[in-house]
Amino acid sequence: MSAARVGVVTFPGTLDDQDAARAVRHAGGEAVPLWHADRDLKGVDAVFLPGGFSYGDYLRCGAISRFAPLMEELIPAARAGLPVLGTCNGFQILCEAHLLPGALMRNAGLHYICRDQGIRVESTATPWTSDFTEGREIVLPIKHGEGRYVADEATLAALEANGQVVFRYVGGNPNGSLNDIAGVRNEAGNVVGLMPHPEHAVEDLTGAPSTDGRGFFTSILKKLVNA
Amino acid sequence: MARVIVDVMLKPEILDAQGQAIARALPRLGFSGVSAVRQGKRFEVELEGPADEAALSDVRKMAETLLANTVIEDFTVTVEA
Repeated sequence: MSAARVGVVTFPGTLDDQDAARAVRHAGGEAVPLWHADRDLKGVDAVFLPGGFSYGDYLRCGAISRFAPLMEELIPAARAGLPVLGTCNGFQILCEAHLLPGALMRNAGLHYICRDQGIRVESTATPWTSDFTEGREIVLPIKHGEGRYVADEATLAALEANGQVVFRYVGGNPNGSLNDIAGVRNEAGNVVGLMPHPEHAVEDLTGAPSTDGRGFFTSILKKLVNA
Repeated sequence: MARVIVDVMLKPEILDAQGQAIARALPRLGFSGVSAVRQGKRFEVELEGPADEAALSDVRKMAETLLANTVIEDFTVTVEA
């Protein structure tokens, strides 16, 4: 049986693509590099949008990347059910692309934050979180200046009612996100975005606060193998 | 040739952390009597032709698509006299 293929997108200014690809391989998958300027998803089974400062965060984080040629392929594929995970800048891009509701704004304290953060897994009904148990608290690194999740009242109420809040900060809200939201999913559940970085927390050797990030990658690979 | 101005502001209900920080800094600099500051963006769009209705409709489309994120921001389009 061939390994499940997870695409990892690189934009100009992306930082975490190598860690993301390594995390995919660590979990037993094949990481397929995807280039922002190519209109080609290379037939991958899922896509990881990593963090960084794509296009220098010009205008708004993710605002330019959202129109990259690759995104013109990715957006319809995601709407059709392709599993997509965006972390940090990837989350911002998914919001700008309207694949996820809401937006990410400058942290309430205006400071860039880099620390280990407690997060509660609120929903396991996504291909990226099925290996967790609901309510489990995990620790992942966060590193962002614009991670304050906002959405209008009606959207926020709908997210809560539909169980679309996938991750919530615990032990203190680092950035002023509404309802302590660290990550959300779309209605169908195949698209997930979060500010914390699972790809930086898969190996003890790297000094990560945990190996809790592994669950994201084992979740998606199990899902793809069983599909 | 015409210049069209697109002003983008956060929606009133969205917390403007940067505007608040600016407002807090003003009294320290000796400026009193300011009750609030909101920060926005201004785009100056130079058109090759006149700012007729078709061109303005294009600019509004630009604003909606790229210049503003209408989830959190409002915009206005005005022709510079």
